[in-house]
Amino acid sequence: MKKSVKWILNVVMIALVVLLLIFLENNKSDQGMLISVLQKGAILAIVAVAMNLLNGFTGLFSLGQAGFMAIGAYTTAIFLIPVAAVDGVYYMNGINPGIKAFKEVIETAPSWLQACYPYLALIVGGVFAALFAALIGIPVLRLKSDYLAIATLGFSEIIRALLSSPQFDTITNGSYGLNKIPGFSNLLIPFIIAGVCILLMILLIHSTYGRAFKAIREDEIAAEAMGINLFKHKEMSFVISSFFTGVAGGMLAMFMRSIEAKTFSIALTYDILLIIVIGGIGSVTGSVLGAFLVTASKEWWLRFFDQPQTIFGWEVPLFRTGFRMVIFSILLMVVVLFYRRGLMGTNEFSWDGIWNFIKKPFTKKKTAKGGAAQ
Amino acid sequence: MSFTTFIQHCLTGISLGGAYALIAVGYTMVYGILRLINFAHGDIFMMAGYFMIFAMVSLPWAVAIPVVIIATVILGVAIERVAYKPLRTAPRMSIMISAIGVSYLLQNLATYLFTALPKAYPTIPLLKKIFQIGDISASLVTFITPVLTIALVIGLVMMINHTKIGMAMRAVSKDFETSQLMGIKINTVISMTFIIGSALAAVGSILYFTDRMSVTPFSGTLPGLKCFVAAVLGGIGSIPGAVVGGFIIGICETALVALGYSTFSDAFTFVLLIIMLLFKPTGLFGEKIIDKV
Repeated sequence: MKKSVKWILNVVMIALVVLLLIFLENNKSDQGMLISVLQKGAILAIVAVAMNLLNGFTGLFSLGQAGFMAIGAYTTAIFLIPVAAVDGVYYMNGINPGIKAFKEVIETAPSWLQACYPYLALIVGGVFAALFAALIGIPVLRLKSDYLAIATLGFSEIIRALLSSPQFDTITNGSYGLNKIPGFSNLLIPFIIAGVCILLMILLIHSTYGRAFKAIREDEIAAEAMGINLFKHKEMSFVISSFFTGVAGGMLAMFMRSIEAKTFSIALTYDILLIIVIGGIGSVTGSVLGAFLVTASKEWWLRFFDQPQTIFGWEVPLFRTGFRMVIFSILLMVVVLFYRRGLMGTNEFSWDGIWNFIKKPFTKKKTAKGGAAQ
Repeated sequence: MSFTTFIQHCLTGISLGGAYALIAVGYTMVYGILRLINFAHGDIFMMAGYFMIFAMVSLPWAVAIPVVIIATVILGVAIERVAYKPLRTAPRMSIMISAIGVSYLLQNLATYLFTALPKAYPTIPLLKKIFQIGDISASLVTFITPVLTIALVIGLVMMINHTKIGMAMRAVSKDFETSQLMGIKINTVISMTFIIGSALAAVGSILYFTDRMSVTPFSGTLPGLKCFVAAVLGGIGSIPGAVVGGFIIGICETALVALGYSTFSDAFTFVLLIIMLLFKPTGLFGEKIIDKV
């Protein structure tokens, strides 16, 4: 396919997406479900791509995503809760006076600063997650596959325990969680942030660093022999992945408006793992696709499994609360056991791929004919 | 803290450690043979708790206990057959994801079948009998747990060291492929590992939940992870190591709770894990593995 055709297709696709979003922005009240699914999908897509950067491209099986999301979410939430709401949120233990003073200073800041304050808060959340990752990466990244998985899982549990511990009551509000977090001012914003984050990660994957990551994934010892500094690259992948996970965590806080330590349990990490397994480990577009598909089916399309249904007066058995998740986990097991490559395998979305897919039935016939003629 | 409360906490810690040790043995055996963290093991343990609840509805406890053990063993072996066997040649990451998938499935299935609300665990009258020695009072289960754990583990070690299947297990854990070439039936050995692991998890679950009084679909996750940590602490693949690790974790956890840091008791386990992995990655009793190119 010609390059110009691809460009046109790309532009058309982006225009369609933007048009859809603008349409949704103007019809917020009718399309509530679709909007919330798309927003959550976009947020989870960032985490999924970040996890894929680590698991699929660098070959580090890390299960600490929920912990890094928690750091990002709490940081962003603490920065963003407006001064007026602070006393209501921290009604049990009171807020740390330093944080309150900082918030009051921000309140008097010039308007341009106020406008980009939420983005700064997201970035700070990401930076905190990245800093923490850099710190724990030093000891943890020396570990091999399963040990790394269990150690990162352990860290995510430690973070959760710290966040809900009474010692940090005046900062994280302990087990009460945080609420009244201001949301996104515009529907387009989460998609733009998600797009930028994913684009940055794609650029990273295609850079020399990305190639080094893939070399480490294929064979650590060979990569080291080729002169790749194992620790440096692993640490880099870990820190960058955690940064974006933290940003996504902040966005999740803004999306949900209220968070508590329980939100960031191991189950959240498993959900994201499910997304990248279904999408295909080692495929960025697969992860994005997986994020939207999984979110949509989990929150929306498969909802009917949770309600008792009657078809032509016949009550369908088994349909009650919780059945949706059973179906979901069975689906995951089927993917893991029989379609280990997931939706996309290690392939990326491309117009050529689609074109070949459409052409395939026709080209196959041709080769068959050719074979017969020989 | 007075002397009696100290002894009381020690007893609780040892009892908890005994239950952890039994579960940790399951982890260490599966890891020794398949090189797989069986993430579903904690959920098998949780399911054993539910089996006991349902078995005790109609059966006396003496019949219910063997029924629960058999049901748990069937569950464990079925999981291995369905979820792990087809992936034997797959990369390690896929089989680990499969294990996580099974854990996810079991939790969701339990939530669906039994709801997420805690279900009361039946009391076994014999285990709940209260003993009074001086000022210290404890139920029989507190004394039985460590004794039973050690007896079972000694039996297991004897079996591994002196029987044919035990020899096969040792061979498989040393070298998977060579032992297959030597005529060892890998699938039988792996099934046997899962049978032993699940049976011990069932016994552990009875002892653990008798103290805790209730079961929820998520009550297997954290004990499961802690027991894996216990297995790593003792040196993965080593059965005595897993037992020692289980006791260490159980006692430390109880000590932290007793000192008033109960929010950190879970986190502490993982801190212990990370410290251990940093200074002695092979654990207390583990053998050093050298990577060959």
